[in-house]
Amino acid sequence: MLRGVFLGLIGLFLLSPIVVVGGVSLNAKKALFFPPQGVSLVWYAELFGEPEWLIPIGNSLAIALLSSLGAVSIALPLSYALWRYRVFYARVLFLLGIAPFMLPPVITALGFLAFWATVGLYGKMVATVVSHAVFFVTLPLVTLSLGFESIDREIVEAAQVLGADAREVFGSIVFPMIRSYLVSGFAFAFVLSLNEYIVAYMVAGFTVETLPIKIFNALRYGYTPVMAAVTLVFVLLAALVFGLIGRFGDLPRLMGALTPESRNS
Amino acid sequence: MIAERPRGALARLPLLYPAVVLIVFFVIPFGIMLAVSFFRREPGGFYLAEFSLTNYANLFTALFGRVLAFSLFISAFCALLCVGLGFPFTYLLTRMPRPRQVVWLVLLVSVLSLSAVIVAFAWSIMLSQTAGVSNLLVRLKLLAEPRSWSPGFWALVCGMAYLAFPYTVLVLYPPLARLDPHLPEAARTLGASPLRTFFTVVVGSLRRAIIATLVMVFAFNLGTYLLPQILGRPQHWTLSVLITDEAIYRSNLPLAAAMAVFFMVVSLALVGLAMLGGRGRPGEEA
Repeated sequence: MLRGVFLGLIGLFLLSPIVVVGGVSLNAKKALFFPPQGVSLVWYAELFGEPEWLIPIGNSLAIALLSSLGAVSIALPLSYALWRYRVFYARVLFLLGIAPFMLPPVITALGFLAFWATVGLYGKMVATVVSHAVFFVTLPLVTLSLGFESIDREIVEAAQVLGADAREVFGSIVFPMIRSYLVSGFAFAFVLSLNEYIVAYMVAGFTVETLPIKIFNALRYGYTPVMAAVTLVFVLLAALVFGLIGRFGDLPRLMGALTPESRNS
Repeated sequence: MIAERPRGALARLPLLYPAVVLIVFFVIPFGIMLAVSFFRREPGGFYLAEFSLTNYANLFTALFGRVLAFSLFISAFCALLCVGLGFPFTYLLTRMPRPRQVVWLVLLVSVLSLSAVIVAFAWSIMLSQTAGVSNLLVRLKLLAEPRSWSPGFWALVCGMAYLAFPYTVLVLYPPLARLDPHLPEAARTLGASPLRTFFTVVVGSLRRAIIATLVMVFAFNLGTYLLPQILGRPQHWTLSVLITDEAIYRSNLPLAAAMAVFFMVVSLALVGLAMLGGRGRPGEEA
């Protein structure tokens, strides 16, 4: 009984802002009422129809896609090397890879700002993409390391005994085993890049407007139901991506590892 | 296939690319920031490469002290709140059947991944006069007329707790999931009530994990940047806001860098303290 009430209150705390915002996004007039007054989808039409919103959406999607691919491209060889060889410099690189996640983001963001200003790419989209790729490398690095750990080394040895070379072993055993971890790591990096504010703002906030930057700028000029519509789209997108990981991947195991304590162990 | 060390240049190739990328785009930016914190400001530009300690000397103003104190206070306050609620919650979570655990985990990770802008917006709507909880309270006759509770201290606490709570649960999840289920069972068999079992056996055997989590969540909260600008008033600004303000609006990159370095030293000291307090992995018993 007590237990049900407690869990219910926590669920209410987590869900009620989403429900209220979802309701507000349906208001027929340009007002923020809950329960909504009249039901309409005009604000969703505005979100996906006006260049004012389409440009930041495009920027955010491009940055999230390129940077999460970049993050995976760094994490895959690194976690592979970590699994195959036990050398200290691979461990050092692993620690470097998880460092951006351990510090307050403003510090990493300021480091990126100083760097891009020095090399003269401040304000360019490439600065945002590369910064996000490095900032979020932690996620595929952690999921892929778990994936490699889950491979039974005896299977690898059996394949070698049967005459498979390194490339065949990778293609027929290693890659199929890590594929779901690769996808999870990519998905985590993608969703977080889509939602990231401070790094994107610091390295190119005035020229490359991402969706979170656009929302924040728009908030200063007053609230409209469009922002509620954006919020709901973001929530549903995150729920979809993580729901798929929960359905097809091993979320409890991934969560057991995504915390810093077990990252270090 | 599995070798203790790579043989030949070709075998080292998979490490070369990540090494170059991480060094060029993470270690070097960090080094530049460290260097810039000792440089002089160039009006209109970024910085002049002349060594000076003035940034650090200019660091300790009354404003900086007040903002630092507030950042530490609200981060600690929300960390206590989140661990206080998150620990019993995570304990119940790890005892649920797996499919229900996955549903909760999807919800928690989805909330955690949300942009702070979105969380701030959602909570300012939640606490607003036209769409917020106060309307509900009026309907339930608990309040005479709808009120606006945002911006304000408690609005900021709600927003921070909303983001920090899922983080807390995910940090506590591994040690609690690894806790031997026979331990609470034994206490129950010996006649302890469920609540007593929870406080003595579960809390007692994970004391170090709790302390480590408190410090982790505290450090996580220190990074709060957007929430105070939307849910708080200027007196609720945090150090992250001040640093960004200095770097972007006042174009004083050297001073911002000095603040960031100082901030990092404080954060690292706290993480070090957590490791010392936790002594190894929180999953281990005290």
